[in-house]
This record gives sequence, structure tokens and C-alpha cells, in this order.
Amino acid sequence: MFYLRKLIISEHLRGLLAYMAATKAPATKERKSSFSRNFSAPPESSVPGLKKGLNGTIFLSSGIPDLDEILGGGFHLGSLVMIMEDTEAPHHMLLLRNFMSQGLVHNQPVLYASPSKNPRDFLGTLPSILVSKDDKSRKTDSEPDLRIAWQYKKYHGENKPHFEEQDGKAEYCNDFDLKKPIEKHLIMENRVECVSLLDCPSLAGLRDSCSKFLSQIPRYDGKLTSAGRIAIQSFCAPQCEYYDKEWDMLSFIRSLKSMVRTSNAVAFLTFPASLVSSSVSKRLQHMADTLLSVKAIPDEDKELASLLTGYQDMLGLLSVQKVARFNTQVPVILDATTFSIKLQKRRSLVLECLNQAPVDGSSGSSYGTSGSCSGSSKTGALDF
Amino acid sequence: MDPPASLLDEALNLSENSNLERRVVLIEDCVETSGAFVLHHLLKHFLSSSSDSVVIFIAFAQPFFQYDRLLRRLGCNLVVQRENKRLIFFDMLMLECPDDGVESGLTALYGNIYKAVEVNSVNKNVTIMIDDVSLLEVAANGSTKDVLNFMHYCHTLTNQFDCTIITVLHEDIYSSEDVFSLPLQMEYLADITIKTEPLLTGLAADVHGQLTVLNKGTTHGLGSLKSKIRNFRYKVMENSVDYFLPGSRS
Repeated sequence: MFYLRKLIISEHLRGLLAYMAATKAPATKERKSSFSRNFSAPPESSVPGLKKGLNGTIFLSSGIPDLDEILGGGFHLGSLVMIMEDTEAPHHMLLLRNFMSQGLVHNQPVLYASPSKNPRDFLGTLPSILVSKDDKSRKTDSEPDLRIAWQYKKYHGENKPHFEEQDGKAEYCNDFDLKKPIEKHLIMENRVECVSLLDCPSLAGLRDSCSKFLSQIPRYDGKLTSAGRIAIQSFCAPQCEYYDKEWDMLSFIRSLKSMVRTSNAVAFLTFPASLVSSSVSKRLQHMADTLLSVKAIPDEDKELASLLTGYQDMLGLLSVQKVARFNTQVPVILDATTFSIKLQKRRSLVLECLNQAPVDGSSGSSYGTSGSCSGSSKTGALDF
Repeated sequence: MDPPASLLDEALNLSENSNLERRVVLIEDCVETSGAFVLHHLLKHFLSSSSDSVVIFIAFAQPFFQYDRLLRRLGCNLVVQRENKRLIFFDMLMLECPDDGVESGLTALYGNIYKAVEVNSVNKNVTIMIDDVSLLEVAANGSTKDVLNFMHYCHTLTNQFDCTIITVLHEDIYSSEDVFSLPLQMEYLADITIKTEPLLTGLAADVHGQLTVLNKGTTHGLGSLKSKIRNFRYKVMENSVDYFLPGSRS
């Protein structure tokens, strides 16, 4: 028994060391990978933080392991990801923080724009990698499935191998500890540019900084070396000067999309959909390659609480409205489009399918008594 | 082409010999169901038909390499077609019309299209495809009037040079606006309207949505103007699209 524990600890240490080595010198390992359809290159990704997907696309992690799985691997390199905010709750910030932290962990340059006066202050709130002693499942690749509640294993089982750590390589996607701020040196060492949207009266400045940022990322020429991340928070916030110039905003997004499309970067943009006119919101939704929306759930919603299991632990809901389809015309149809956002051990973000609570026999509904009918868990039956 | 024509081809009267000459086709879609696959299908049809047809493609939504990869899966090589001068590709992704130059920007674009049509129209079928009119509107800084003028000018080409126009419009953008809306005007111009919608019951893995094809019919047949409405479901696959009638699948 004692021996076994020692073994586990040593394994844990080894994983940690391997991880540290990989984050220190990620650029040393360069191997061929390819945008094109021929899969002559070895299937594993050559650069930490990038992964090959179907149809010759390359994925970049969202910073939330569950979201990567839901989207089939992460965000497509070259895609425009949009999050529709809940104006009353800051849930989009959770996604944004993880997205940026993941970029910093992988030593990817990050451009951050927000409507605050000092956007650089936001970097202090980014989460750091989750390193907990009891949670060995993530670091050592022994049993990655343990992290997810066992009853969901059957839904997530297939894609698991992607997330296993390969010896000497950094993980594609990390868990982040929302309680611990990111290490200072990660911010200092990486190229992080911050832009305040308040300083951009006409959006031309923001466009220039984006195109400058993208031009400094090495272009794809046979082998992939690095990728960049653009994070724009609350793009259409009313305090911005350009708020009433709808067409300027739309044309900025349009040019951002076409700039990102031809570069090795992902643009991640949140916008308050309810604060812009519905036609602008629809236009933005059309332009997004991947479209998500977040929603807070009210504290005391008795009806919902009786309908869903684990209602108390939920922070909010995330819906996947559109998944990017690159190099294919087949739409991605997910089994469930709405997921609950939860905190695991009050630290790391997890997404779970909605699970319908067992029907209460005393509720008096017609099929309430026959438990076997509703016994099979109906995932994602609720669409908000 | 396989002998039993698909429901879409049937509804469009599309076959080896008939190529929708002088027709204006409007594809309307929404966020949930993209209508791009119809455009891909038509692009492939025009480029692979044996007759000499030329496609002028005005791209606002996707860059050339994306269309190239998509069409390759459908069995059509756009690079080769471009070299053979059967495809003329205008990359308009970065087209910007400044506030005071909307008209001149669109005029220049129209001038280019006109030149391309004029050169190619001798003994050939020319098809003009615009992959996203809604983005054209954004490029024109929201000036619907200029966009409509542009579309009217393009429309005149159908009579002058016997060419076909195919456009895509995101219809759900405009649903809240009422009086003077682009979709109404575009539908008026169009001879054939193809609309993609999700099913009322939502999206499913087997049914990706439904298509409604409104064919206003041809006027040259003894003045009998018969419009036809067809409605069917579809499922998009990698290299083809499966069309079927509701209930015809178990």
C-alpha cells in the first residue's frame, strides 16, 4: 500500500516536471504539420496548444477542457468566436479568462481589448493552472476520465485520448484554478497587448492594432510555429464612442473576420446581444464562425430547480448556437446544445449536460408514477 | 449526373441542357441553417455542365481557398476552372466603401462585373453569383439604396446578355424591420426563391432543415404564368446533399 502511494506520487511529480519542461521551452520542438488535406505528417500536434482536427483544420484550446470536447476539439485556427453575453451577469468573463490564460500558458501572443480604462489590470485576474495534490487525474495521464462525474463517462469517452499528456509535451488544454491568479512571469514573458476600447472613437485604431498584432504572428508556411489570440470583451458596450455607429461596428467585425481567417489566430469576442438592435445582433451572429451564448440562472427559480438535478451548483447556462465548419459544408449537430456551467471544488470550470431530475411521484403529472418511462436520463431536453 | 434528378434540381428545372438562363435566383437562409450548400451545388452544376458556361463569383463571405476545398469534395476543382477561365473570382472580403464613396465603390465593382460579362457572353452562359448580399450591405456602409441600385443594374444584365444571377441573403436579419426591406425587394427581383429553415422541432442529425423553393415560372410560354412551390427536407453530407419529402424516410 505504502509502495503504491509512493508510485503515484512519483508519477505525479514526473508529469509535473514534464509539464514544466515543456512550458519553459515550447518552441524548441518543431515538427511538420499541415493545413492541407494530406495527412502525411504525424498526427500528433507539433506545437503545444495546437491540435489537428478533421478536414485538415487545426484546433486551439478554449481553456476549458469540456468546451473543447463539446466543440469537437476546440476553436478552429482562423475562426471568429463570438459569445453573446448575459447583460446582467459576467459569465462571459469566465470563458474569456480561461481563453486568455490558456494562451499565456502556451506562450501565445495575446491581444486584449476591453471597454475599461486600464485593460492591463484585467490580466491580474486571469486564473492560473490548477495544481492540486489530490487531483492527480489530470496531470498524470492514468485516468483522465475520473474528473467528470461517472455517469457522463459514456458521453465523453470517445474523445478522451486527445487530452492525454504525451511525454515531454505540454498539455493541449489545462484546467484553471479560478481562485489563484496567474504567475506574473507568464504575463511578463509573453507578448500581451492591451487596448482600451474607450480610446478608439472610430474603431480604425482597433483595426490597426489587430492587423499589426496579426502581422507579427509568423505566417503559416509549411510548418506551424505559433498562434495568436485576440480577445475582445464587450465589443458593443454602450460606453464606447462608436456604439451608435452600427455600420462601423459591423464593418470592423467583417474585416476582423477576414484578417483572422488568413492568419494563425483565433479572435474571441463577447458582445451584449440585447444592447444592440436585433438586426445588428443577427448580423453579428451570421458573421461568427462559432457562436456561444451564456446566461445566468436566477437564484430562486423553484420550477427550474425541481426540473434539473444539481441546480444548486450551477453557475449558469452555456448554449452552443453554431459550431464553425471549416473545409466542410456539413453542419455540426450536437446531441445537446445547452450545458450547465459549474465550478468543480470551487476552483475549476466544468460544463455538464443538463440532467432532468427524476420526476417526483407526488407532482401528479400523468406519467409521474411510472418511473421507468422517464428513467433514462434525457440530456439536453431543455433548450432555453 | 445521376439519372433521377434530386428534388432540388427538379424544383429548379435544372438539368444538363437547361441552365436557368435569364433567371434570378435568391437563396434565403438564417443563422441556424446556412444556405451555402445550395450555392455550392449550383456552382458545381454550372462549372461541371458540358456546355460552355462561365461563372463570375463575387465572394464576400469566404475566401477562395475555402470554396476551393469545399468544391473539391463535391468533385470540382476551382483552381483548374479558374485557369480555364470558366471561373472568374472576385475576392471582395476586404472591400470597403468609405462614407462618401459608397456609390463609386459599387460602381467600380459593377464595372468589373460588366466587363467580365461582356467579354464572356459570346456563345456562353454567364452566371453571376454573389455569396452574401447582407455583407455587401455592410461593405456599402448600410446604404440599402445603393445595394438595391447595384442589384437592379445586375438585373439588367440578365436581359442584355442572357445571364443568370444567384444571390444569398440572410433573411432573418431583416425580420424586425417592416416598411422598406431588402428581402422584399430582392424577392421581387427574383424568379426563384430558395429558402432554408430549421424544422419547427429544431435541428436533428438526420434532418438538417427544410427547403422551400418558390419558382415563379417562365413568362415566355404563351403567357401562362404558373408558379410552383415545393417544400422538402434536406440533409447535408460531405460530397452531396440528400433531399427527401417529409415522411418519406423511416
